[in-house]
Amino acid sequence: MTWSRKLSDYLIEVHDVDFARGDRSIFKNLSLTIGRGDVTAVMGPSGTGKTTLLQLITRQLVPDKGRIIVDGVDIASLSQSELYKLRQRFGMLFQNGALLTDMSVFENVAFPLREHTELSERLIRHVVLTKLHAVGLRGAAYLMPGQLSGGMSRRVALARAMVMDPDILIYDEPFVGLDPISMGVIAKLIRQMNDALDLTSIVVSHDVREISEVSDFCYVIADGAVAASGSPDELNADTSALVEQFMHGLADGPVAFHYDAPDYEEQLLGKARGN
Amino acid sequence: MLREILDTFLKFLRTFGAMVLFFVRVFLHSPAVFFSRFPLVIKQVYNAGALSIVIIMVSGLFVGGVLALQAFANLERFNAEDTTGIFAGFALIKEIGPVITALLFAGRAGTALASEIGLMKATDQLSAMEMMAVDPVRYVVIPRFLGGVISMPLLTAVFTTIGLAGAHVVAVEWLGVDVGAYWQQLQQALDMEDVLEGIYKSIVFGIIASLLAVWEGYNAIPTAAGVGRATTRTVVITAIAVLIFDFMITAAVSLR
Repeated sequence: MTWSRKLSDYLIEVHDVDFARGDRSIFKNLSLTIGRGDVTAVMGPSGTGKTTLLQLITRQLVPDKGRIIVDGVDIASLSQSELYKLRQRFGMLFQNGALLTDMSVFENVAFPLREHTELSERLIRHVVLTKLHAVGLRGAAYLMPGQLSGGMSRRVALARAMVMDPDILIYDEPFVGLDPISMGVIAKLIRQMNDALDLTSIVVSHDVREISEVSDFCYVIADGAVAASGSPDELNADTSALVEQFMHGLADGPVAFHYDAPDYEEQLLGKARGN
Repeated sequence: MLREILDTFLKFLRTFGAMVLFFVRVFLHSPAVFFSRFPLVIKQVYNAGALSIVIIMVSGLFVGGVLALQAFANLERFNAEDTTGIFAGFALIKEIGPVITALLFAGRAGTALASEIGLMKATDQLSAMEMMAVDPVRYVVIPRFLGGVISMPLLTAVFTTIGLAGAHVVAVEWLGVDVGAYWQQLQQALDMEDVLEGIYKSIVFGIIASLLAVWEGYNAIPTAAGVGRATTRTVVITAIAVLIFDFMITAAVSLR
């Protein structure tokens, strides 16, 4: 691990964050950093709050305790207009693409430009087609979102996320439900975009193999905190029970196969107690 | 037991508070959104208003006809069938027009608003807008609210006009009331105040029905079941609210 980096090498810092949904605690003293220019993977078993972490970083949610610092600024201190200005530096790819269903692919990608810039129609057309070309979907510009496959929707959403030339691209489960070819395409795009456009990328996923190929640094989150971190190779070699279970997809281990339940035998054969 | 009652009460207060804050937010931003996003508002006037016209016209025609039939059957006993026009006209302009239009609006446009916004939420479209630094309340909610508010008085006017025509057809063409008597009696009896009462009601109902629909959609639980429930609640709550407000406005106007 390269802890020798200076603090300013980190674009996003999460310090001692607690977060609970109702009575259910999601994070307890979570701390992590996202390196500038890196593709950082956040992995972890389902239900550990990976998506919640993204919502915290972008302040769609506010932590109960702790600080989140983006490029040196504590995001809790921002007003709504400052927050919106900061969000223009983010591009986010939602799990299912989240394209606006009443607009064509072209208009979806053009949407942020129309909202935030005064570009001429000619220029908008130029920018949108360039971005669509980058994800290989220039030919689909005039389709409606309902006509796209899952993988295509996500690529359009990626083009939309990039259209404002963000500094940070966030991917929420980009591989879920995709066929192997689409998976490979998305993985390749994540790496390419990051390097070609000088971005910082955060990828939340539990597809260990795909994500190991493209990321520079990985976090494994479990039980509300960072369970392990390191480069993909380091994690692969990690022999702690949880990391091993996760990286190699073993059914049972520290993350139990069974959801908490009363004793099996007692519940099935229990005396006439009505349970 | 006491604890449960307290919890329920607190939950109610929280929901009510959130509702008031949401309403204030919608009202405060409405004027600015009206001007800055005029094309979106017009699109929603089309969705909520123009697309409801057929159901409003058909309903208006038959409701007007029924009113004339009922009025005629009763007034005939007193040899007062010439005043059928007054009865049908007053009922339509002051009560039936605004109320039934609002109820039909809740069923046709309110449900569409609530389910559309709810589904946008369930498919992360609202979060995506948030992330693109576009406020979904201003982009999605308020244009739809304004579309409803603008449509309702217009739809009410259409309903009432077609209703009067329906009453005319039944009373004059079918039952043989004298056409001159029919319209003259109505014209003499009807004041501007009566017409205004109907207009006021339609404006108030437009605000209520649109606000409740966007509220339910925006706060729907983002699942299939949640959106379904929000849609149902929109119709139920709007219907109740409209009838209660109708009573209050009528009472306020009559007791003045």
